[in-house]
Amino acid sequence: MIMHKSEEILEGLYINIVENKKKAVSLLELKLTEESAEVKELVKKELVTLKTGNLKLTKEGEPEARDVVRRHRLAERLLTDVFDMKGLCVHESACEFEHILHRGIDEQICRLLGHPRTCPHGSKIPEGKCCKEKGIKDTRVISPLSLLKPGEKGKISYIQADDQAKLQTIMAMGVLPGMELSLLSNFPSYLFKLGNSQFAVDETIARQVFVRITK
Amino acid sequence: MKAKKIIIAGNPNVGKSVIFNAITGSYATVSNYPGTTVEVFRGKTKINGEEFEVIDTPGMYSFVPVTEEERVSRNIIFAEKPVLVIHVLDTKNIERMLPFTLQLIEAGLPVVLVLNIMDEADRLGFKLSTKILEEQLGVAVISSIGTMGKGIAGIKDKIAAYASLEPSKLKVSYEPAIEKFLLTSGLGRLRSLLVLQDDTEIIESVKKEQKAKYKELEKEIDKLKKKYSQPLSYIIALTRQHTATKIVEEAKEKKGRVLENFSETLSRLTMNAFSGYVILFLVLYFGLYKFVGEFGAGYLVGLMESKVFGEWIIPPLANFIKHALPQKWLQDIFINDYGIVTLGMRYAFAIILPIVGTFFFVFAIIEDTGYLPRLAMLIDRIFKKMGLSGRAVIPMVLGLGCGTMATMVTRTLSTKRERLIATLLLALAIPCSAQLGVIMAILTTLPVLMMIWLVIINLVFITAGILSTKLIPGEPPVFFMEVPPLRLPKISNLFVKTYTRMEWYLKEVMPVFLAVSLIMWTADYSGLLKLAIKLTAYPLSALGLPVSTATVFIMGFFRRDYGAAGLYDMSRNGLLNHNQILVGIVVMTLFLPCIAQLIMMIKERKLGTAMAMTGVVTIVAFGTGYILNLALNIFRIVL
Repeated sequence: MIMHKSEEILEGLYINIVENKKKAVSLLELKLTEESAEVKELVKKELVTLKTGNLKLTKEGEPEARDVVRRHRLAERLLTDVFDMKGLCVHESACEFEHILHRGIDEQICRLLGHPRTCPHGSKIPEGKCCKEKGIKDTRVISPLSLLKPGEKGKISYIQADDQAKLQTIMAMGVLPGMELSLLSNFPSYLFKLGNSQFAVDETIARQVFVRITK
Repeated sequence: MKAKKIIIAGNPNVGKSVIFNAITGSYATVSNYPGTTVEVFRGKTKINGEEFEVIDTPGMYSFVPVTEEERVSRNIIFAEKPVLVIHVLDTKNIERMLPFTLQLIEAGLPVVLVLNIMDEADRLGFKLSTKILEEQLGVAVISSIGTMGKGIAGIKDKIAAYASLEPSKLKVSYEPAIEKFLLTSGLGRLRSLLVLQDDTEIIESVKKEQKAKYKELEKEIDKLKKKYSQPLSYIIALTRQHTATKIVEEAKEKKGRVLENFSETLSRLTMNAFSGYVILFLVLYFGLYKFVGEFGAGYLVGLMESKVFGEWIIPPLANFIKHALPQKWLQDIFINDYGIVTLGMRYAFAIILPIVGTFFFVFAIIEDTGYLPRLAMLIDRIFKKMGLSGRAVIPMVLGLGCGTMATMVTRTLSTKRERLIATLLLALAIPCSAQLGVIMAILTTLPVLMMIWLVIINLVFITAGILSTKLIPGEPPVFFMEVPPLRLPKISNLFVKTYTRMEWYLKEVMPVFLAVSLIMWTADYSGLLKLAIKLTAYPLSALGLPVSTATVFIMGFFRRDYGAAGLYDMSRNGLLNHNQILVGIVVMTLFLPCIAQLIMMIKERKLGTAMAMTGVVTIVAFGTGYILNLALNIFRIVL
């Protein structure tokens, strides 16, 4: 285990060097000195090299950094998709959250979210081992109705409630948590079957209904 | 003694009106889409010598109303003090609809539950014990198939026995904290629940009654709200649903199975992004173009005009009048240019009635199969660009039948903004069947003009929609709709519905048509007509139209179809060239709706808004005609 601050440095290095193809990142940019504890820790664990005030990832450091980035972006997804957080708040909370998602747990979350490929801001989420498992679809646990594939079934797990009036309408129709539904088609509108009735809704509503997939 | 009141209530599209018709012997329109009934219908029935007033209400999903017509229904249930509320539900969906029964029971109303559409539940193999349901709910339960008249006698028995029905003792128990509020609020269980669900209407009335007390309650409510991470309405709905599900589980004898049959396949095809449009085209081509256009507007109109009126009615009548009334000015009341028979009756019966009749028949089929909600689903994405949801397809399509009816149906739309946009578009760019039919009668022989006309009207429709989305503030609409199963229309209902609407139409237009004939006759003899023609001649010449069209436009002021029929006459007699026909028809299509639609607009949208819309419509109609004529002249296009 390394310090949280060290993980954040790794994250910054990965984004700058691997994703943005910079050669190195200077300590100055990170507002650090050679004496900073986290820099010392990373150098000692041979995850980074330090030369003339510039940091680079080592061979061992790169996958480590990649995992940190992956955890951060999964956390963002989790916070936006499942906990419905928005904006800046997501990034900051994700920074805290990523440290908790250690190996094993991050795979669980990845499965739960249906192996998302990008974070809410559109950056790529590095693939984990779990993403290469066969039957990717089968391991997804929760998905908004809008992301279900036609033919998929599930139990409504919750309805995102950011607008009372909209919520009222779909609830009144009997679209409530615990009810089973199956998506029949997703274009031009979302058509789903619930009990013995069919409902057509638009994307705004389809995005608010979250379904625990039962296959 | 006043007749005791019976209210029929329930979710949309479960067959309330069918049962209403069966009990009262009257006819409230029955179709296969949610929201057919938008007003309250009242009928009378006599059972065992006692008279009852039966009230049919627009469908509602819950006691907290979302749309206008749901609000109407709820208030009726609260205000009318019925001796019995008949809750009709669709048996195969009982689990989803039973929470409404619970709400009625919660409101302390005497309830009879009707398990309707039993045939469809049977087909799915879904079986319920009415006995267990009765025990669990504490209310009488009757199964029925309204369209076949099954179960109606049972319902009537219950109505007759209303006095001996005991109120249900069933109580939904909510979360302890909510229960505590219900007990201590002093508003009673029902109103407390509605207040907790943020029902603005109830909150306002409580505020008015006891202002100081509400302030205290508000604090309690806020505390309660903070206790839960989800809105209270969500939690209340969940509890109610759990109770309902439990009751259904108890009463269920056999679980239904999933059917994949032809109707389901066809249903999917109508909603597929590709085949859906193909089917839409086929419906329009065969339903509108072939049946209404060629058969109604072509064959039937021809028959009525040249045979019935041209040979059988007018010549002998003219002969008789000429002998009976020697004065020409008296003859003119009945025959000649503005005669009641030659103008009023001929337009109403020979030109417009066959068209409207065939139209209403096609519509009846479209309505009864359940095609409209499918069309709504198909077209929602496109309508969103115009600030409308797919749901607005229903008033728009109905507007092609009758704009007045359609303006009333805008009540089913959930936001004020959407209702506003829909009303405007109906007034501007949706020609009603009478107009459309006459226009098609003129244009069937002129396909190029028809294409141009179609393009222009669609352009105006889309532009007006997009502009009003930009200009009218408010939230964009959301779309949600129950899609009922495709059903085979009942032939008798098709005919009854068509007949009822034709009768309604004649009652609506005959006085206007006769009055217009008389007004024109008076104006003709008093010299006012000459003045009016002079006044309209100038703007008309700006449109490139001859002075002779002035009378047509003056008549069109009363009803657009009347004006269109006038154009039809002129074009048949070769008085207009093709450019003039096109401009005339475009202006007539876009021009002011008939007086009846204007009155409905005032009723639904208030006077100021309706007048503003009328102004916009007039400007757009003549503006478009002017630009069109200008363009034709500049590019020297002779059609």
